[in-house]
Amino acid sequence: ILEREERPKWDNKAQYLLTCIGFAVGLGNVWRFPYLCQIYGGGAFLIPYLIALVFEGLPLLYLELAIGQRLRLGSVGVWNSISPLLGGLGIASSIVSLLVSLFYNTILAWVLWYFFHSFQNPLPWSSCPLNVNRTGYNVECEKSTPVDYFWYRETLNITDDIEISGSLQWWMVLCLVSAWFIVYICAIKGIDSIGKAVYVTSTFPYLVLTIFLIYALTLPGATDGLVYLFTPEWSTLLNPQVWLDAATQIFFSLSVAFGGLIAFSSYNTERNNCERDAVLVGVINSATSLYASIPVFSILGFKANNAFLSCINENILALTNEFEMPDQNITVDNYDHWVNYLNQTYPDQFSKVPLNDGCDRQKFLDESVSGTGLAFIAFTEAVIAMPGSQVWAILFFVMLFSLGLSSMFGNMEGVLTPIRDLKVLPKWLPDEIFTAIVFILCCAVALIFALGSGNYWVEVFNSYVGSVPLLIIALFELIGVIYIRGMKTFSDDIYFMTGRRPNIFWKACWMVISPLLLLVVFIFYVAVQARKHPTYPAWNPDYVDFPKTETKSYPDWVFAIIVLLCSVPVIPIPLVAIYRLIRRIMRRSSHHADSNPYNNYAFEG
Amino acid sequence: MLDKILFLLCLASALADERCMPDTPHGFQVRLSIKTALGDEAYVWNENEMFLFRASLAFAMRNHMNGQQFEVSNIIVCNETMRVSFWFIVTSPLDTSQLIDQENVEAAIRQSRNRINSAFLLTDKTLEFVDILPTLATLYTHPTPPWLIVFGVVMGAVGAGIIIMLVSSVVQKKRKTNGKPQDKDDDEETRVKTVENGDAHDGVHNMSFSEDERFTKM
Repeated sequence: ILEREERPKWDNKAQYLLTCIGFAVGLGNVWRFPYLCQIYGGGAFLIPYLIALVFEGLPLLYLELAIGQRLRLGSVGVWNSISPLLGGLGIASSIVSLLVSLFYNTILAWVLWYFFHSFQNPLPWSSCPLNVNRTGYNVECEKSTPVDYFWYRETLNITDDIEISGSLQWWMVLCLVSAWFIVYICAIKGIDSIGKAVYVTSTFPYLVLTIFLIYALTLPGATDGLVYLFTPEWSTLLNPQVWLDAATQIFFSLSVAFGGLIAFSSYNTERNNCERDAVLVGVINSATSLYASIPVFSILGFKANNAFLSCINENILALTNEFEMPDQNITVDNYDHWVNYLNQTYPDQFSKVPLNDGCDRQKFLDESVSGTGLAFIAFTEAVIAMPGSQVWAILFFVMLFSLGLSSMFGNMEGVLTPIRDLKVLPKWLPDEIFTAIVFILCCAVALIFALGSGNYWVEVFNSYVGSVPLLIIALFELIGVIYIRGMKTFSDDIYFMTGRRPNIFWKACWMVISPLLLLVVFIFYVAVQARKHPTYPAWNPDYVDFPKTETKSYPDWVFAIIVLLCSVPVIPIPLVAIYRLIRRIMRRSSHHADSNPYNNYAFEG
Repeated sequence: MLDKILFLLCLASALADERCMPDTPHGFQVRLSIKTALGDEAYVWNENEMFLFRASLAFAMRNHMNGQQFEVSNIIVCNETMRVSFWFIVTSPLDTSQLIDQENVEAAIRQSRNRINSAFLLTDKTLEFVDILPTLATLYTHPTPPWLIVFGVVMGAVGAGIIIMLVSSVVQKKRKTNGKPQDKDDDEETRVKTVENGDAHDGVHNMSFSEDERFTKM
């Protein structure tokens, strides 16, 4: 009687889909896509974005889901099955997943920190703390803003250079450990627990986004932000950088090449329509990006409006005081008229008034932020101005946490599933303990991000781990499945699973279009990155132009680490191939020698 | 007689007016922004409001310099504008020709700033004493930071959850190993049954020994 190993499987289709969607939909949908829309001419950006989705994103997604479901193994096992020479591909995916998990969870730790602090009235980032002798506000906070100060000083306690590591910030360590604990409790039983957790973590962000959408549209200035976002500037389409960014955004947004999607689909039943799943996940991911950009831009418009109003009001006060006019004679509406009149009638006195020339609505809207700057600086500033700030802050940070948590599941499964499938673990080790050990190790390594220079390291990891290695892995995945396994065998696989062969569109994409696109993106990406010595923005209170960040270039040892981060994940690909080749040649040569029955070594000289 | 009194009064008032002037070294400028603060509920600035101001300033002086009985007449106001801004100086109650120096006036106003603001329903920003910086309100520092409380609650729940799940899985495994010898016979029978039914959904279809089509062509 055969010893059948029970591979865990999803309770129902909805769990699987929610997990994949949760993995794909992450923080980038909220804080990277709207930024790209803003700087690349609003509505016009959707064109390269959708083209990239259809010709690059969906084929890759379909490929990964299909191969995982067919071969029913994690990323390492899948590539070993296709060809032993490709075994390194799975290892590369796992290494990338591991490295990404480390810094991604740090971002979740930051979100947790802000969440914990949203239960105060007034919010701690709404005002500056007093200085030591209580005669004024803290200098660093006064020169920048309370929001900046809370982020850079009270949260990160950032050093002014990546070389200065500072010390471990105990509060950050606490939040980091909490974040790892929370991911652990959701992933403790593999997909049994993940499948249940995603019912909440994948759906809750949509609820919050809808709430924010409805509320943000009622805020003053929201329509300015939306008009600004969606007004298409068709001239940007001529810039190749736009197409490059669209392709990279789709690629990273769908979370392919991490091995997580292969792991998730390997737990499916064999006969599952993975073509429909792939299209569904891809379309929902892009739709979520679009949907999220509406409240984000409404709120940014509101914030720009507030900044504009406070700028104007400062000028109004200065004018009112200088000319001793009754209070509120000059309002925001008749400001321009009054300025002209006063300038003409009393030019000498008018020139003495210190007016802020930069009160331009467009200028405030042009300030583009993405990433942590959007969440922890721009958004927190907007939240202070909303009535009921605490509620909005709590909702926002819980939403960010859910988005990141569901992505973390995919990252960690991309690490855990291959190790489980390799069967290198002793039988007496329960699965939960093995998961705990991996988590404890990850948490320990991630402590570097809790140092004073932690944010700089997160930037390093974010820019270099989650970019070039993934492109290389995806390229090899395409080649491996389509050319090494063969288009015919793969079509048979899909026929077996879904009942019909892939149509001409998929075939054309897999064989020609997607590899070409990926190659072009990869070459351009490396060319753009290699053109200049990499720099980073440092928060240095002693800088001449403080509160602007100081652009510093990475020291050599950091540069070496960057090179390592780009190359270590992809080195297994050639290494394993060479290793297996050598083994095969040696076995063949020894096989040859033994197979000659007439070769009697005893009589040779 | 009347002429002399009149002349002295004129002199006195002239003297008072002379000492109170813009940029006087003995007084301060005050700016009120009533409409900005109160919007529709703004009151009109008139002589009565000015009287209240002088009275509240006298009150502040009394609080600061104990014993001296300042009166409304000791507060002299001049250069009132439509902005609602004016200058004021304070004379000593014991000798009206003497002015109280700036430091004392400033200290008095600082001390009673809150009361003066409340009398006019204004704030430090909308009732501005030019060159007198408002004392900064110290933020309430909690004995235990609230974030630690939230952290404790969340982590307590998560930790309890982890322990429960670990314990329950251990209990389940024990139950399985205890119940396994009895169930093994049943399992074998069911397994045979499923194979007989040709339902091979959980197995791995071995493609190497089958032809292209899963089912033989008709």
